[in-house]
Amino acid sequence: MSDKKDTKRDDLDYETTGHSWDGIEEYNKPLPRWWLMVFYATIIWGVGYTIAYPAWPGVRSATAGLLGWSTRGAVAEEISAQEAKLAPINEQLASVELASIAGNPDLNGYAQNAGAAVFRTWCAQCHGSGAAGAKGYPNLLDDDWLWGGSIEDIHTTITHGIRNEDDPEARFSQMPAFGRDGLLERGQIDAVANYVMTLSGEEPDDAALVAEGATVYADNCAACHAEDGTGDRMQGAPNLTDAIWLYGGDYPTIRETVYNARFGVMPNWNARLSEAEIRAVATYVHGLGGGEAAE
Amino acid sequence: MLNYIKLIVLGGVALFALIAANYARDVAYMVNALTIFLIAAGLFLWTLRNTDEPVPARVRELSYMDDVVRAGVIATAFWGVVGFAVGVFIATQLAFPALNFEWAQGFANFGRLRPLHTSAVIFAFGGNALICTSFYVVQRTSATRLWGGNLAWWVFWGYQLFIVLAATGYLLGATQSKEYAEPEWYVDWLLTVVWVAYLLVFVGTIIKRKEPHIYVANWFYLSFIITVAMLHIFNNLSIPVSIWGSKSVQVFSGVQDAMTQWWYGHNAVGFFLTAGFLGMMYYFVPKQAERPVFSYKLSIVHFWALIFLYIWAGPHHLHYTALPDWASTLGMVFSIILWMPSWGGMINGLMTLSGAWDKLRTDPIMRMLVISIGFYGMSTFEGPMMSIRAVNSLSHYTDWTIGHVHSGALGWNGMITFGALYFLTPKLWNRERLYSLSLVSWHFWLATIGIVLYAASMWVTGIMEGLMWREVDANGFLVNSFADTVSAKFPMYVVRALGGLLYISGAIIMCYNLWMTVKRAPAVEAGTATAHATPAE
Repeated sequence: MSDKKDTKRDDLDYETTGHSWDGIEEYNKPLPRWWLMVFYATIIWGVGYTIAYPAWPGVRSATAGLLGWSTRGAVAEEISAQEAKLAPINEQLASVELASIAGNPDLNGYAQNAGAAVFRTWCAQCHGSGAAGAKGYPNLLDDDWLWGGSIEDIHTTITHGIRNEDDPEARFSQMPAFGRDGLLERGQIDAVANYVMTLSGEEPDDAALVAEGATVYADNCAACHAEDGTGDRMQGAPNLTDAIWLYGGDYPTIRETVYNARFGVMPNWNARLSEAEIRAVATYVHGLGGGEAAE
Repeated sequence: MLNYIKLIVLGGVALFALIAANYARDVAYMVNALTIFLIAAGLFLWTLRNTDEPVPARVRELSYMDDVVRAGVIATAFWGVVGFAVGVFIATQLAFPALNFEWAQGFANFGRLRPLHTSAVIFAFGGNALICTSFYVVQRTSATRLWGGNLAWWVFWGYQLFIVLAATGYLLGATQSKEYAEPEWYVDWLLTVVWVAYLLVFVGTIIKRKEPHIYVANWFYLSFIITVAMLHIFNNLSIPVSIWGSKSVQVFSGVQDAMTQWWYGHNAVGFFLTAGFLGMMYYFVPKQAERPVFSYKLSIVHFWALIFLYIWAGPHHLHYTALPDWASTLGMVFSIILWMPSWGGMINGLMTLSGAWDKLRTDPIMRMLVISIGFYGMSTFEGPMMSIRAVNSLSHYTDWTIGHVHSGALGWNGMITFGALYFLTPKLWNRERLYSLSLVSWHFWLATIGIVLYAASMWVTGIMEGLMWREVDANGFLVNSFADTVSAKFPMYVVRALGGLLYISGAIIMCYNLWMTVKRAPAVEAGTATAHATPAE
């Protein structure tokens, strides 16, 4: 084979195997030496690698490999190294007064970065990677808050979530489905939707219905959304006088909201994130622009 | 007598399909049942008309059976264009999601079209190329007519039926959700029957060969046919929920199912797209170059090494998953040892040209075959590299994988198939030459530039998104959200779609050229035209 010194160089020096298929012949040339050497090298490397790493299956278990390496072990090691490195600052973050974080530049800088990372991983799916929200998912960049915009409020919302079934302390409120449950007539819903449009200065769809709508509003909506429509954060009842809409402020959407009501849900993150992570992401969200000072 | 049996079978199938359509529990099943009914009923009538009619004199047993190969050439070109078109469309959908039209939800959104694309290019285009070239090659290199008479036609039409049933099923929502094994249970059964017939025709022809030895191309074809049969059966072991519905439940579950799937999936690449196409390479390259194959010894060693090693490599698709570490290690090690056996085919192909390199300047078909071998070498190096756990932790789930697959599929499988079609068409239709060699050059350059755009853009986005996913700041926090990586990929997605567009343009030019070859190119003089099944001395 190729271990013999091969002095033949030109094709003419080689014989073919003597067969011919449809005119195709085959040279009887040796295996290219470099090819064979690399092939052997990969085999030798392969044997070595399977001795060093978990590889050969037996009846009940497989060889563990001389290096004692495993994918799960490697990940656990990386995670615990990271956790050990950050343990002191995480402990500090989890134990200080929430309102004091902003005043501590080191802690605040850490919390902002950590919170941004948590946000990208867990929150961006609904609230958007830029936190600008989407239909049904609040924009976190503005200063309009459903349940409060202080760091404590935001922390509570993230910890327990909203209207979920997993945490008894979740923030909860429910707007009645005025149309679906027959609490209001269709005409009344049309009227109140027109009135609601005027609250934020919108041109109503049908100005003639606004007066009737005002009455319907006073009787049915004012208890939560307040007489003047400014809402009530204790119940998560949105302010209707600003031009900010969670589901949309056009006539058909408002009618749909009144008819069917809305029931937006947010998970309770205490089940998935550590206290330090929740505080970090609360700090991050609070710092996005609309955060309010503690009361 | 045979016609009476046929009538009974066809009548039975038509009746059963009609009953099945009536009881159908889902639309996909109903449409598939009606398709089968129409075909069976049509064949029933056709057979009935021919029954007890005088039979024409027995066809020339001495000549090769080329009708079925001609049909295969047409089917290959047709499905190729269909598959590429769907590919270009879904690539554009990825760049511009608005193309997932609201009115087309549920049949023409990305999720429904993606398996249509992969199955159309791998099984319809690639499969027809393999079946038709294997029928051509095994006859020439065995110097005998195909065994089994019209069984070869059943293979051809049965395979087309499989494609149509699978494709309509995907669009209407019938899928096993296993990559490259999406067709549901009854379509799998049909393919099994067709495939066994294919094996019989191929082996039968080899057994009655008039040459003393079996040519290397036929080893590769045979290993492809046998292994695909085995893979297909094991990965599709499933129990139908009802015989009147398309849904079935897999026999394996959890990590066993995942392992079976990727044992299948990787060897679909290994035996369908590698071994089978190496069979093509071993015939068309020496024929077109008119040179002996570089080394007989190398062909033996790399053949056995390739088929022994490939079958173990599947677990590298499941690094860092629930798959136990030992299986993942073995998958990676066998993938790397596979590198040289894969390259054996490349060496044998390229070195066959030694002494005929000048043909690259003058013969665009040769250029096509050579660049396909080049892409083969590149992707069979890239594959083992990506199977290394550390590399895979970056590349897995990114577009790099898509780029890798396409440099293999567009470069190796596509280009060698185009070369084979250019070789076959004049021979099969008795033409002296192709209609236009300059159109072949156009095809070559459009396809090559298309592949380069495709592969390069996917390398860039793949590595970029892999790096973005794992990018952490000084405290170890992730820097990017998933959506950031998606929006960063946009420009490369446009480049990729453009590459696909160039590639399909080339294929359309090829179809025109082949069509005009049949219509316009000068015919071979009578007398020398008929190909006789006699051994070459």
